[in-house]
Amino acid sequence: MAYALQQLINGLTLGMIYGLIAIGYTMVYGIIGMINFAHGDVFMIGAFVGIIVLTALTGLTSVPLGLLVAFIASAIICGVYGFSIERVAYRPLRGSFRLAPLISAIGMSIVLENYVQVSQGALERAIPSLIPGGVTLMNQGGFVVQLSWMQLAIVIVTIAVLAGFTYLVTKTPLGRAMRAVEQDAKMAALLGIDTDRTISLTFIIGSALAAFAGVMFLLYYGVIDFYIGFNAGIKAFTAAVLGGIGSLPGAVLGGLLIGLIEAFWSGYATVAYKDAAVYSILAIVLMFMPSGLLGRHEVEKV
Amino acid sequence: MKPRKFRVHNFFVIHQKQQQEHHVRHILFSTAALLALGTGLAQAQVKIGMAGPLTGSNAAFGVQMKTGFDLAVSDINKAGGVVGKKLVPYVVDDACDPKQAVSAANTLVSDGVVMVDGHFCSASSIPASKVYTDAGIIQISPASTNPAYTDNGGPFTFRSCGRDDQQGKVAAEYIAKHFPQAKVAVLDDNSTYGKGIADQVRANLGKLGIKVAYNGSYTAGDKDYSALISRLKSQGITLVYLGGYYSDMGLIMREGAQQGFHPQYFSEDAAVTSALWQIAGSAAEGTLMTFSPPAEQDPAAAKAVAELKALNEDPTGYVLYSYATVQIWAEAANKAGTTDPTKVAAEMKSGGPWPSVLGPVSFDSKGDVINAAYAIYRWHDGNYAVYALKP
Repeated sequence: MAYALQQLINGLTLGMIYGLIAIGYTMVYGIIGMINFAHGDVFMIGAFVGIIVLTALTGLTSVPLGLLVAFIASAIICGVYGFSIERVAYRPLRGSFRLAPLISAIGMSIVLENYVQVSQGALERAIPSLIPGGVTLMNQGGFVVQLSWMQLAIVIVTIAVLAGFTYLVTKTPLGRAMRAVEQDAKMAALLGIDTDRTISLTFIIGSALAAFAGVMFLLYYGVIDFYIGFNAGIKAFTAAVLGGIGSLPGAVLGGLLIGLIEAFWSGYATVAYKDAAVYSILAIVLMFMPSGLLGRHEVEKV
Repeated sequence: MKPRKFRVHNFFVIHQKQQQEHHVRHILFSTAALLALGTGLAQAQVKIGMAGPLTGSNAAFGVQMKTGFDLAVSDINKAGGVVGKKLVPYVVDDACDPKQAVSAANTLVSDGVVMVDGHFCSASSIPASKVYTDAGIIQISPASTNPAYTDNGGPFTFRSCGRDDQQGKVAAEYIAKHFPQAKVAVLDDNSTYGKGIADQVRANLGKLGIKVAYNGSYTAGDKDYSALISRLKSQGITLVYLGGYYSDMGLIMREGAQQGFHPQYFSEDAAVTSALWQIAGSAAEGTLMTFSPPAEQDPAAAKAVAELKALNEDPTGYVLYSYATVQIWAEAANKAGTTDPTKVAAEMKSGGPWPSVLGPVSFDSKGDVINAAYAIYRWHDGNYAVYALKP
């Protein structure tokens, strides 16, 4: 019981990070029907901006203030990256055949990775734990269930960001424009919605969410390198597909499920095959629900 | 994960080609200059290579290797070169990726090197050794300890470090002697090296009557080990043996401390870098590991250590092993009176012992160091130092 609770905590924390990245994939897919493979690398850049800001602020004694600056700086800079990536690599190809932006995205991913490798070095960068310690939830027969403050912070920040984001999509004029472009870009344009601007804003928001995930990843694990975007990106993309690509709640659900599968599989079966477990479950789900758990059938967009 | 590394390689190859072109131009220019002057005496040259992980998660070791290699080349050139020829160094990056290791090896072969100091990871050294053997080039790894490297290697395959059957035995004996009551978990990262050494430790612990309570493999490059740590914690593990590389080990220690899990960690020669402490912080305190005896304390190494200190370089880890690799080859070539790889390889095995910064080194017929020793090191306050010279 205590052990299962601990694995639940582990899985939920990991799943929250996956879910936050997965939103970026699913949003872009929903709005322009392409998979933005550079998204994982924007997440990586978010983590690097975080470490640069936190290192520069070493003298600062107030940890919460430092974290706030790191989150905001990272979100702004990643937003600029997201905007530029769309402008440079995807917009010129929007009218082209479907695979063109996909290949452009893979190219963009390589460019970003090599750029960070050259400018920041190939070595790992580490920061000490900024929020150490935690709370003991339960002690069953010597097994202590630990919820670290960092895990709690990840869950709270993710839920807050998701709440704000859901409000944005469902209640604001921008959200309405985004949903309209998603349903039918041409019709939305005819009705006076600036589709280019809406798409740009989608990229900016998605990248800012990836930046949040990047900084939280940095704070939780403490170690980053130019390579983290690839693994995290693949997992988050899987989460988006599992939840139903194009669906926002689906992305979060998919992320949480993958986190939980990884934790429980490692906890009760073999650690070595946790990725195999994740992809097997994905394959089984897609066999019975081809558009994912919460996805809609939209054959023409595939 | 693998295709990414390949891209890095492509990037590198372009760089390398530019260097080559530059080199060719340089040679043409100098030849022209010499002809024009009608005089001048160019010293004969011989090319030697180094291959190691200069990027990727083991880059800290590639940097150590390169430091030792560069210093050895400059020292030998200052002393007049090898059989009167000046050494020209070629350095390539394999990122510890088997595919990239083979392309790196091919790059060195086409560059025309006669000897290679490398690679670092066993999973790189083994496939690369086929390329060097086919091309008839001497390969001396300062770090690859997996037995298969020389067991299945050719006449040109050598290593200047020990083997995992020696290293794993020392680790198991130390655990059996000093932690007989411990509840032991043996983890590996599923790599050629990590799994190889962990299996040696498992087998030797079994022989010594120590039961391993948990055996597991994680995936190298993973970042989340929280589930694995909870599992070790729930089983009451008190000693964790880690077979893998420092970046993953450091994260396991760090995440363990976050969950209040503080076992005795025991590791191996892929943890001898300050990068481990940078990642794990105080969670690595007291970690024990096996590594070759401290070369920097050997009187034979005094000169090289002084030079490294003057250059502000740390002489620990693989620096002196990489230095010795070039030095041993140079000694053997000088004695053979040629840089022809076939003759030098034969001389290395039959000639010895070769004076080196590691002390005198002799090779057996497989290319392994005779009587390679392992010592126990311990991490304390951000530094590692010898803890016991034998179990």
